Amino acid sequence: MAHRWKNNLTWDDVTPEAAFLNRRQIIAGMAAGGIAAGLGQSASAAEGLEPNTWEEITTYNNFYEFGTGKGDPAKYAGSLTTDPWSVEIDGLVDKPGSYAMSDIMSAMTTEERIYRFRCVEAWSMVIPWNGFELADLLNMAGVQSGAKYVAFETAVRPDEMPGVARNVLDWPYVEGLRLDEAMHPLTIMATGIYGKPIPNQNGAPMRLVVPWKYGFKSIKSIVRITLTEDEPPTSWNKANGKEYGFYSNVNPTVDHPRWSQASERRVGGGLFSPRIPTLMFNGYEEEVASLYEGMDLSKFY
Amino acid sequence: MIQQHINQWARQIPSWVVYVLLLIPAPWFFYLGATGGLGVEPIKALEHEYGELALKLLVAGLAITPLRTHLGINLIKFRRAIGLMAFFYVSAHLLVWLVLDVQIVSQIWADILKRPYITIGMVGFILIVPLAVTSNNRSIRTLGPKWRQLHKLTYMVVLSGAVHFLMLVKGFQLEPILYLAVILALLALRLPKKRRVAA
Repeated sequence: MAHRWKNNLTWDDVTPEAAFLNRRQIIAGMAAGGIAAGLGQSASAAEGLEPNTWEEITTYNNFYEFGTGKGDPAKYAGSLTTDPWSVEIDGLVDKPGSYAMSDIMSAMTTEERIYRFRCVEAWSMVIPWNGFELADLLNMAGVQSGAKYVAFETAVRPDEMPGVARNVLDWPYVEGLRLDEAMHPLTIMATGIYGKPIPNQNGAPMRLVVPWKYGFKSIKSIVRITLTEDEPPTSWNKANGKEYGFYSNVNPTVDHPRWSQASERRVGGGLFSPRIPTLMFNGYEEEVASLYEGMDLSKFY
Repeated sequence: MIQQHINQWARQIPSWVVYVLLLIPAPWFFYLGATGGLGVEPIKALEHEYGELALKLLVAGLAITPLRTHLGINLIKFRRAIGLMAFFYVSAHLLVWLVLDVQIVSQIWADILKRPYITIGMVGFILIVPLAVTSNNRSIRTLGPKWRQLHKLTYMVVLSGAVHFLMLVKGFQLEPILYLAVILALLALRLPKKRRVAA
């Protein structure tokens, strides 16, 4: 069901692309004025939630199937064939099978979602996604009562993905959510950015976006979705379980063993970009905190 | 013989040329970072450029002795310049981390104490300081044989740099492993001949 969640950010908050440069200069000026006046801005006010530019969103990516450098996905992901594309939906569903991307798109209602995006590496962006709620897709396949988790899998194509030649991770990349997380209205399948088809380096033709979790949970270029009874394995947890848990909710009070998660840097601020405080559940506490009631989040990190 | 060519050529180049050439990347990368040439997140990029150049110079400094003993190539007159410029880039790397990256003083201390890869990086920095301070003719004279002993710390500095790099990457990545392998090979070449044959 589309439009269940009302964004407090609308397209009125998004500046037309042509005006990005001007707007950045104005905002930089405002920020400098704010500092000069010694204004202590609250976290939410300081956010301003100005979406990142198309260039920032599409040239600074982690998509290790195309290389470990931040620029590698933009450089190499062009070779990925995304049309035709199909997604296998299986496991505990009423209508298992291979779903053509074109059929999924004609069945779903896409909408705009301007979300904060927080990487586990302590950088962040604001991204105007286009997509549909994952719940709609799962309901299309019919979730059976025994299902408790959703497992996702990214394509592995050695001919099109130069990064999979090296075992940086155990390919294919896999991720998972608890069913209630997957069905949450904030959880979407993104198929576009800024109203354009999602670029390959951002996970074309369809990628998960779970805005209150670290970015690596939002698995890209999905080829399989499996409803399961047991908690599915997840790639970074398999690679380093002490550093990456199954939940991986954005949480400023639970540090990554190798760096603090208390603050982050919004990409696009240049060489003198300030650190800003990281918000609990990436600023979506009101919407999602109830999912984890009674859980020790330092244990279920 | 190619060695003689190189040695002859090296004799003609004054060592200040090495200082000047190696200084250029510092402002160049900073300029790139300030003007978008290092991508949309220039702070981390600049930090990595300085850090990796420092590691490369440390490896280069470590290669001078084996080049002479095993290949007859004598570049020893450049070793001080390479070592001091390695110190320069380690410092630049540290400064970018402190001032541009972490920014918050309490978090800097927490990171140094709590994060092993940062602790090791800091140990490397602390160990390179006395080497840089004594990289002059007067120190060599006043310290005498102790100078050689002191400068064996270089091995620890280079190793800590490589381990720092290895520990900070995510997943299984080749580059830091290659650095560590080259460093271990360069250190192994220093072992007394007999032991090397036996090994």
